[in-house]
Amino acid sequence: MEKKPFSMQVDMEDFIPEEKAYMVNMRPASTFFKDGIRRLKKNKVAVVSFFIIVVITLAAIFIPMFWPYSYDQMLGMVPGQPVDNSFLNLAPFEYGKSEIARMEAGETIVPHIFGTDNQGRDYFIRVIYGTRISLAVGFFASIIVLIIGLTVGSVSGYVGGKVDLVIMRIVDMIYSLPDMLMVILLASVLKQVLETSLEGTALEKIGSNIISLFIVFGVLYWVSMARLIRGQILSLKQQEYVLAAKAAGAKGGRIILKHLIPNCFSVIIISTALQIPSAIFTESYLSFLGLGVNAPMPSLGSLASEALNGVTSYPYRLIIPAIVISLIVLSLNLFGDGLRDAFDPKLNV
Amino acid sequence: MSEHTEDLVEIRHLKQYFPVSMGFFKTKPLKAVDDVSFNIRRGETLGLVGESGCGKTTVGRTILNLYKPTSGDIIYDGKPIKSKNDIREFRKKATMVFQDPYSSLNPRMTVSDIIGEPLDIHKLYGNAQERRERILELMGYVGLNSEHASRYAHEFSGGQRQRIGIARSLAVNPEFIVCDEPVSALDVSIQAQVINMFDELQEKLGLTYLFIAHDLLVVRHISDRIAVMYLGKMVELADAKEIYDHPQHPYSISLLSAVPVPDPKEARANKRIVLSGDIPSPLNAPSGCPFRTRCPHAQKQCAETMPELKEISPGHFAACHIL
Ligand SMILES: Nc1ncnc2c1ncn2[C@@H]1O[C@H](COP(=O)(O)OP(=O)(O)OP(=O)(O)O)[C@@H](O)[C@H]1O
Ligand code: SF4
Ligand SMILES: [Mg+2]
Repeated sequence: MEKKPFSMQVDMEDFIPEEKAYMVNMRPASTFFKDGIRRLKKNKVAVVSFFIIVVITLAAIFIPMFWPYSYDQMLGMVPGQPVDNSFLNLAPFEYGKSEIARMEAGETIVPHIFGTDNQGRDYFIRVIYGTRISLAVGFFASIIVLIIGLTVGSVSGYVGGKVDLVIMRIVDMIYSLPDMLMVILLASVLKQVLETSLEGTALEKIGSNIISLFIVFGVLYWVSMARLIRGQILSLKQQEYVLAAKAAGAKGGRIILKHLIPNCFSVIIISTALQIPSAIFTESYLSFLGLGVNAPMPSLGSLASEALNGVTSYPYRLIIPAIVISLIVLSLNLFGDGLRDAFDPKLNV
Repeated sequence: MSEHTEDLVEIRHLKQYFPVSMGFFKTKPLKAVDDVSFNIRRGETLGLVGESGCGKTTVGRTILNLYKPTSGDIIYDGKPIKSKNDIREFRKKATMVFQDPYSSLNPRMTVSDIIGEPLDIHKLYGNAQERRERILELMGYVGLNSEHASRYAHEFSGGQRQRIGIARSLAVNPEFIVCDEPVSALDVSIQAQVINMFDELQEKLGLTYLFIAHDLLVVRHISDRIAVMYLGKMVELADAKEIYDHPQHPYSISLLSAVPVPDPKEARANKRIVLSGDIPSPLNAPSGCPFRTRCPHAQKQCAETMPELKEISPGHFAACHIL
């Protein structure tokens, strides 16, 4: 029957039962994921944290691209001219002598929002750049932890028996080491070893300290991830679908990759999200102790450390990076908690 | 198709003991299956019944080498299955349908990936198109719609899930399927449908089944012969009709008396035998006959020696001293 626009005529189609009634009973696809996202959206703290993380990350990525100053540019030093000391230690929104002259000539000059440091470098861009470094370190360190923890944990959990026993005792040993002490020891030893061997290679620019930082993470911090994954795998491998895969002739690698890991995905995502702030924190205190990134490159920790020298005259130089670290770590932690609440099925029975 | 043996599967003195830890460093064997021998003829359905925990699942899984047998031989098509290579080949001929349609399907895989997994493992297709066609053919066998292929298992009802599991077990084009209580998790209204489907598939594809169930009603129509297990041991084995009409072992008699009878007159005449006591734990099975703690006819001899499975009439085996 043709339906006329705007007519109130009853549409008979509405009364014909759905052809495939059982399709109606089906739950819509990927409810698990959608439910999780819905729960996450309801959690205001997590949403705000997520927003903060996104803003900070975008700022750290994009601002250095168009900002007129760079992190290692000493503004008072122009080639072929005497050093202009008026650029050192500028307070926020102050300008150097040459800049004031240019402004009087009608040019617009981008202000030094946080002033400059004792070498005449724009402090705002250094903080932004430091955030970039800290975030990158946190992200990559977590990836390293994830890869090692996932591999060791899943093999140990799946193979079981003696292999599991040996691996877990090693994990226990690493776990019981005082980690601050180990981090400092390893970082300072690696620093010396790496510095000589890196000379002239592409990795030199990244700096021996960052590389040793990654090694430290790779060696020490995978253990809790490995434990977590192993626990998951141990319970998942009792599931009948694993036996079904074996009955079909699947080997261990296939079972781990296709059946076990996809089923602990939410745990993996959540714990990686929580790993990032802890990595950023570790990077910060290592940098603070002088074991972090190499000299002109800033990280939030090294900025705070440098600011200690003039803390009485310029307290904001310590406070600003400290606030940024706290913001990042706090919002990542809160967001990670939100993820866990939303996606870990064990908590919302 | 040359010189086929009559028996497709032959089980000889199969034992499956699970070590159970009893405190530090001490383990005790749990005799889930204890010296069981039987054969499955080509093209038949052998029903395997027994109470929960008597070792039916373990028998099925051990036959398929999903558990390594503690001892005993599994002879398939005249050849013992021993080496890794044997097992690999064996996996293309013998498959399994699982008891629980919920946990036996991976929730993170689509229906077509679940059904296609055996094809992927044994590389049974030339290209993606062939794989797809084969999967759709299998889904057709079990009455699933082709538009279900890209959905996830959790979107289906129990009966549909079991159909997915059956399609997966058919993927490699097997000769022999162990069906482990494939309908006990399903609604009664769907049970008959699924059992009929097993029957039709057997006819169409020439399959041989080991069909496990915990009550005799389910296996009654589909089975050619029925084996009864109690506490890891086989107590009776005979043609389906023979076991229904003339059960011999006291345990089978009590099992049968529990089966509801459609005719009320007959039902009144048949007194239901209620067994006293619980099934003993397989961890400390009674000496002699495993059934003696609950057997109404138990004698002194029953506690002393284990009765052997013996042929009491042609094709009818039972393990009891008084027979
Ligand atoms: N992997 C295992 N490890 C230890 N004990 C096991 C294992 N699998 C089964 N058992 C034990 O073996 C015995 C037989 O178990 P099985 O699952 O074969 O029984 P079933 O007859 O299939 O019972 P149901 O009807 O409940 O499925 C039980 O006592 C069980 O606890
Ligand atoms: S052997 Fe004895 S105890 Fe066992 S079933 Fe026969 S009569 Fe009963
Ligand atoms: Mg079972």
